[in-house]
Amino acid sequence: MTVVECSSYQSTVVGVGDTAVDLDVPVCIQVAWHLQSHGAAFGTFPWAGKSKEAEIKRINKELANIRSKFKGDKALDGYSKKKYVCKLLFIFLLGHDIDFGHMEAVNLLSSNRYTEKQIGYLFISVLVNSNSELIRLINNAIKNDLASRNPTFMGLALHCIANVGSREMAEAFAGEIPKILVAGDTMDSVKQSAALCLLRLYRTSPDLVPMGDWTSRVVHLLNDQHLGVVTAATSLITTLAQKNPEEFKTSVSLAVSRLSRIVTSASTDLQDYTYYFVPAPWLSVKLLRLLQCYPPPEDPAVRGRLTECLETILNKAQEPPKSKKVQHSNAKNAVLFEAISLIIHHDSEPNLLVRACNQLGQFLQHRETNLRYLALESMCTLASSEFSHEAVKTHIDTVINALKTERDVSVRQRAADLLYAMCDRSNAQQIVAEMLSYLETADYSIREEIVLKVAILAEKYAVDYTWYVDTILNLIRIAGDYVSEEVWYRVIQIVINRDDVQGYAAKTVFEALQAPACHENLVKVGGYILGEFGNLVAGDPRSSPLIQFNLLHSKFHLCSVPTRALLLSTYIKFVNLFPEVKATIQDVLRSDSQLRNADVELQQRAVEYLRLSSIASTDILATVLEEMPPFPERESSILAKLKKKKGPSTVTDLEETKRERNVDVNGGPEPAPASASAVSTPSPSADLLGLGAAPPAPAGPPPSGGGLLVDVFSDSASAVAPLAPGSEDNFARFVCKNNGVLFENQLLQIGLKSEFRQNLGRMFIFYGNKTSTQFLNFTPTLICSDALQSNLNLQTKPVDPTVDGGAQVQQVVNIECVSDFTEAPVLNIQFRYGGTFQNVSVKLPITLNKFFQPTEMASQDFFQRWKQLSSPQQEVQNIFKAKHPMDTEITKAKIIGFGSALLEEVDPNPANFVGAGIIHTKTTQIGCLLRLEPNLQAQMYRLTLRTSKETVSQRLCELLSEQF
Amino acid sequence: MQFMLLFSRQGKLRLQKWYVPLSDKEKKKITRELVQTVLARKPKMCSFLEWRDLKIVYKRYASLYFCCAIEDQDNELITLEIIHRYVELLDKYFGSVCELDIIFNFEKAYFILDEFLLGGEVQETSKKNVLKAIEQADLLQEVSYPSLD
Repeated sequence: MTVVECSSYQSTVVGVGDTAVDLDVPVCIQVAWHLQSHGAAFGTFPWAGKSKEAEIKRINKELANIRSKFKGDKALDGYSKKKYVCKLLFIFLLGHDIDFGHMEAVNLLSSNRYTEKQIGYLFISVLVNSNSELIRLINNAIKNDLASRNPTFMGLALHCIANVGSREMAEAFAGEIPKILVAGDTMDSVKQSAALCLLRLYRTSPDLVPMGDWTSRVVHLLNDQHLGVVTAATSLITTLAQKNPEEFKTSVSLAVSRLSRIVTSASTDLQDYTYYFVPAPWLSVKLLRLLQCYPPPEDPAVRGRLTECLETILNKAQEPPKSKKVQHSNAKNAVLFEAISLIIHHDSEPNLLVRACNQLGQFLQHRETNLRYLALESMCTLASSEFSHEAVKTHIDTVINALKTERDVSVRQRAADLLYAMCDRSNAQQIVAEMLSYLETADYSIREEIVLKVAILAEKYAVDYTWYVDTILNLIRIAGDYVSEEVWYRVIQIVINRDDVQGYAAKTVFEALQAPACHENLVKVGGYILGEFGNLVAGDPRSSPLIQFNLLHSKFHLCSVPTRALLLSTYIKFVNLFPEVKATIQDVLRSDSQLRNADVELQQRAVEYLRLSSIASTDILATVLEEMPPFPERESSILAKLKKKKGPSTVTDLEETKRERNVDVNGGPEPAPASASAVSTPSPSADLLGLGAAPPAPAGPPPSGGGLLVDVFSDSASAVAPLAPGSEDNFARFVCKNNGVLFENQLLQIGLKSEFRQNLGRMFIFYGNKTSTQFLNFTPTLICSDALQSNLNLQTKPVDPTVDGGAQVQQVVNIECVSDFTEAPVLNIQFRYGGTFQNVSVKLPITLNKFFQPTEMASQDFFQRWKQLSSPQQEVQNIFKAKHPMDTEITKAKIIGFGSALLEEVDPNPANFVGAGIIHTKTTQIGCLLRLEPNLQAQMYRLTLRTSKETVSQRLCELLSEQF
Repeated sequence: MQFMLLFSRQGKLRLQKWYVPLSDKEKKKITRELVQTVLARKPKMCSFLEWRDLKIVYKRYASLYFCCAIEDQDNELITLEIIHRYVELLDKYFGSVCELDIIFNFEKAYFILDEFLLGGEVQETSKKNVLKAIEQADLLQEVSYPSLD
């Protein structure tokens, strides 16, 4: 681009839309913080500072001009074409939409002039368009450039592929690029581009990148003389190794020796690859990342060399800096943090772990905010290693101090996370107390999260439940607005389930309610607890029944409707507990403000409670208003809430709220079963998997007029119909359950009921005729592919070929799992209905996990086995987006439904789920371990399967991944 | 790295590079959200922040913010130095680069970035090698080919 052209933008395409400030302040490093404004810009650029409208007007004019040039009769020469394409690009980058010029850009690709070609490629890269006809032309131009043997042209073509990275490009070039990459005569710079280009294609379309001989040659690029080639190749190898660890195993020793050569080199050895006195920091970080794809090296020599490297890196951190520039320390510490990540990943060298922890401890007090932030973050992962948990704990005071004094909220957030991670029984009281006191001044943005963390820690590590009750009441006092329903429901569940704390709880809430202004959440907890256990403190004249009632009722009018509804229930409970206040309470219920309350719920409660109190005998009252039975023990819903809290607020919010209401019915304010007004909430656990209700009928195609006609003609064809729409979804729904409706359209319903034991199973298939007309020639057929047939044995008898209108026939399938399998059998049903031939195919949900037998085991056993199954081909991992709202209880139910045992208190991170079981086949039994790590914030899961057989890990991982 | 954005103190986008496929709508949304978030931060604050499921690494040079989105396992500090090296490259090429250079020579800014980072990964860290590639290309531009059209 020449200067002339640049100035032509300035005069023709105008309006950058800025109020000419700072535009010409050098970005350069020496004056990085020098920020004076240069008014001169106004003189140079007369358009600067003009309004948005003026800018749009000028741009539309320019666009019209370019359009007319492109459409004009006169063919444009290459130079003009380039000029206008470049202008379009400029306009696009200013933030305006561009909907033409693609063809002209494509034309530029085949120009022989470098500068025209270059602009053409830039346009294509920036304004990717999956317009199919153009893609063909673009690919053609790329193909020519790749074949040109001109390294500059090849580079441009490779950059374009890497920038666009579409599937069409992968289809066209994924086979070609590996050849360029490993060819002996390819220039270094082209090799670098080819490696990263292939990486990009592999990320978009891994299935299109063929593994082959080239892989071993790529691994040897780690030994290349050119450090730029090594850098690019390491990225590629890391990504490939994550998916194909076995194939790239040899990269471990090569990476270790390369790393070793770098860390021991003098700072000048690597010339331009030394960055502010740090030898090849980018490459070092990448090599350390590559090593994190593998367990610690088995070869003692390699392992020793790696340990040496890691020690050297740790030692260097203690040396005085070679430069005062922040770039020097950043580069050095980038390598250090990556080394620490590797140490944590290996989790096998206690000595290195403790050194890492001490190093991070030093950073906790560093004057650089960035380093403090990263140290807090890394320590969080160290806290979960058994070797370093204690070492992390020694930094508690520093972390608490960070929570109190850091000026940046994101750093304080990390500190709170770390305190949460390092908490155990020994320091829970201190950490909870510190978090509570921090809460008084905490930023609004993180208050709710801190509240949830405190509530979880207080419950988890409570030895003495009076401490727990105090803590929660303190939470409500300090941050009542941020105490969600889950938190106060939970305290009530715990008090009801533990009779040793009930008297204390009643006394404490009574005292807390004395405060002239108390939070509504406290009124709720107080009302509920006194309604249940007020009698335990009624002996004290200072908290006699009448005083208790008056105290609660003094808050009544200030409360919202749901709280008042709860208090009314408390009052009727009082009628039972304390006959002496019955008359007072009846007076209250009878008052107009209750009986004629505008709110239906309150009015109904008042009417019914009043009636109940007047007609029921003492015995009936005592039965109806009996103390709440203990809640079934289950995991706190607060935990789920915390995870959700950390996630982005998504569109699922509405659903979440709805479900929460159901799930938390246990804790809900419904003490009086007699209250007919109680909103009928379904039992929270009954319907987790939709077992109760038939799944919604899949949107099968109704036999519409047109379809029927076609079917008449295809009558004799016994061809198997393609799978019915929705069949895949329905199939997935059966992975974790055995009974339900598999298929439904206007004519036919297919229901399933199945049971499995060890490697055998039996499935009942019910075919229901939904019409009033007979089905004739009714023939269901089970179809197994050849591959499946040898692994899965299915036996069944034919059914009666006539199915009367409204009738149901049953078919039994006996199943034997011979060996592990991946595909599913297909159930094809053909019959005549009226004059038409019907043909339906659905996938039959017989999946490998049906032959699971759950295995319980202790934490220690689990981890021992987990480590035994650590070779790369035994492990399959999948990281995927949550398709459903992330709910702990539902997830647990699904894992159990999947067939494995759900192991509690095994994973050090309570948010994770682990399971174990054995897959039974006729030939062998395969032990399986699984671990599911939800990340609420990202709305993602990571699922890891380890079994002794690769295909089993693979299949189970696929099946289970579809469930969340 | 998932994407890199350069924007001014006024929130004007100056350069965008996406290494993951996203719709235009999504790109605009992300840009708007991030520009707002980053501009709201005070000078001495930490250069890293959590955003959605990504980590944002940003640094301000004069009037321009350089902002990268990396994934969970990626290294924050080395990303900060990726930004710095890119600034050094621009600076060396333009000679005391300023925002206007990037506005009016945007294509150069993109070419330099492509030589340095490709597909979201570092391709060549040597300043000499990157600039050599760009200079060679510049030479090619000045060669006058016999006109073919």
